[in-house]
Amino acid sequence: MAIFINENSKILVQGITGSEGGKHARRMLASGTNIVAGVTPGKGGQTVDADGRIIPVFSSVGDAVAQTGADVSVIFVPPKFTKGAVYEAVDAAIPLVIVITEGVPVHDSAAFFAYAQESGTTRLVGPNCPGIISPGKSNAGIIPGNITPAGRIGLVSKSGTLTYQMMYELRDLGFSTCVGIGGDPIIGTTHIDCLEAFEADPETDAIVMIGEIGGDAEERAAAFIQAHVTKPVVGYVAGFTAPEGKTMGHAGAIVSGSSGTAAAKQEALEAAGVRVGKTPSETARLMREIISGR
Amino acid sequence: MDLYEFQAKELFARHGVPTTSGIVVRTPAHAKEAAEELGCAVVVKAQVKTGGRGKAGGVKLAADPQEALDRATDILGLDIKGHTVHQVLITPASDIAEEYYVSILLDRSNRTFLAMASKEGGVEIEQLAVERPEALARVHVDPLVGVDRAKAEEIVDSAGFDSSVRDQVIEVLERLWDVFINEDATLVEVNPLVKTPDGQVLALDGKVSLDENASFRHADFDSLVDSGETDPLEVAAKERGLNYVKLSGSVGIIGNGAGLVMSTLDVVAYAGEEFGGQRPANFLDIGGGASAQVMADGLEIILSDAEVKAVFVNVFGGITACDSVANGILQALELLAGKGEAVAKPLVVRLDGNNADLGRSILRDAGNPLVEIVDTMDEAARRVAELAAQGA
Repeated sequence: MAIFINENSKILVQGITGSEGGKHARRMLASGTNIVAGVTPGKGGQTVDADGRIIPVFSSVGDAVAQTGADVSVIFVPPKFTKGAVYEAVDAAIPLVIVITEGVPVHDSAAFFAYAQESGTTRLVGPNCPGIISPGKSNAGIIPGNITPAGRIGLVSKSGTLTYQMMYELRDLGFSTCVGIGGDPIIGTTHIDCLEAFEADPETDAIVMIGEIGGDAEERAAAFIQAHVTKPVVGYVAGFTAPEGKTMGHAGAIVSGSSGTAAAKQEALEAAGVRVGKTPSETARLMREIISGR
Repeated sequence: MDLYEFQAKELFARHGVPTTSGIVVRTPAHAKEAAEELGCAVVVKAQVKTGGRGKAGGVKLAADPQEALDRATDILGLDIKGHTVHQVLITPASDIAEEYYVSILLDRSNRTFLAMASKEGGVEIEQLAVERPEALARVHVDPLVGVDRAKAEEIVDSAGFDSSVRDQVIEVLERLWDVFINEDATLVEVNPLVKTPDGQVLALDGKVSLDENASFRHADFDSLVDSGETDPLEVAAKERGLNYVKLSGSVGIIGNGAGLVMSTLDVVAYAGEEFGGQRPANFLDIGGGASAQVMADGLEIILSDAEVKAVFVNVFGGITACDSVANGILQALELLAGKGEAVAKPLVVRLDGNNADLGRSILRDAGNPLVEIVDTMDEAARRVAELAAQGA
């Protein structure tokens, strides 16, 4: 099972002839992902040789879907072209579109999120995210495929490297699916969407949720957990020392006035019964206690 | 990126939002000249990127040029919520019959845009929203449609503006949408929007935040950055393309990935409690690649911070293998030594993930006495806090 992607996912890479798209397509293939097509406007008919595996390149997402039945698109195009790429994927009614690109203007994200919502056919993940991995099954994005084997923990996180850190700390237990939802102010898939999917996934026993300063997604997730999640959840929140009004790396990671603080997020999660670690290692330890206590 | 009031008003004027003009000055003498040029009673307004200027004594009326000089003398150099006033806007004083509030902003929670309007402007809007929420109209704006005539009418009618100003406020909202969408703003706010005794509607103040991710389509964004207001180390870091935020502490931080670096700051502050309250000195994310040059640039910035007593390099090797990170650190130390800036402060390095063992042994074999390798993030944070306390 896992969530969002599995061994049956047929993956399309938008921007496959670019340096990032090409590099990561090779890495995805190396971790067992079924990449069926690449798209680069004007380069239809070409092929990409990814360490011996030949991937056909199409000029449009529509063509690629018609020819290969791709059902997941991973977007690596530069920020300037990201909005157009997402619109194209939505127009082709691809069920899952993962936007890796960092630095997308938030007006573009607002527009393509609204466009995807209106379509009713497409789930967006990102932008500015590392993607999704269901270890041993499929790897759509830039998450290293060799950190952890498959297991029964689900992970949802705003941050890439904290995701890797947590996967590494709990690699002996393994993960069903890890979702990097991204650190931008507007993202297509939220903590709540992932919590809901993990709750419904028979292959996930417990969930790690990683948040950071900015917005109120963690507070909303806490309310959702209290009402709808029966599986154990442990949490971690980064940014307690972040000063007010400064963007900390991620475009969305900013404390504005008194809102979006790490302390408020921790408090909301704990009030919902989520155990929150002070450090990533302590968070891993809390998960370990829960798993071993079962 | 937040703009100053005068910059916001320039954008308003460019997009047809009715506003008052003015002259920005940095000295009392120039304030006097500006008032002479305007030839009327003026308001002297502190230009700082924070609210509550009026309460802090940063906005004063001046009847004549001499008074403008006196008020500018009072206001220049004032500290308003940690922001020093370096410039004031001299603007014609307007008579005010009524004060309103309008804004358009990014609504993160609902992943869309939001317009807000109230007939009761001129007060702190956060306070109004809490105390009398019914007085503040909130209307969602579909990013695919924007604020067209019909949406502007909906906003204005939700707020209950009366017929004498209805058409003018509708017009203001449509023009503010032009600012919002065409300038890639995440906030445009007018507080107060006023009605003058002769019935004119005018933006007397303006607050605009721009999305720096959109700078590739706005050649003028660079000119709006005020490097005078920014910490010199942050300016130097930005010139080298580094994602750096200056904080106040003794432990320099270098890491990869925004989330991991934020977490590193917290873990250091937490460990530092045991060692006389050592705190992180900065945020610095060197990204996935962690090349020798980027590492050297980062170290150079951090070591030029006199407050820094010890440095914590915290890298998780995901895509990048830790052996290349280790080599990057060694090359960075050589690069700095070659420039005559040999590192003289202790470095605690924690490497984990891809090829971590190899990376650690490369650093151990190099035998630099200032470089300590600690295996876990929590222990490394403790050690660096201890070293910073010893160096203080």
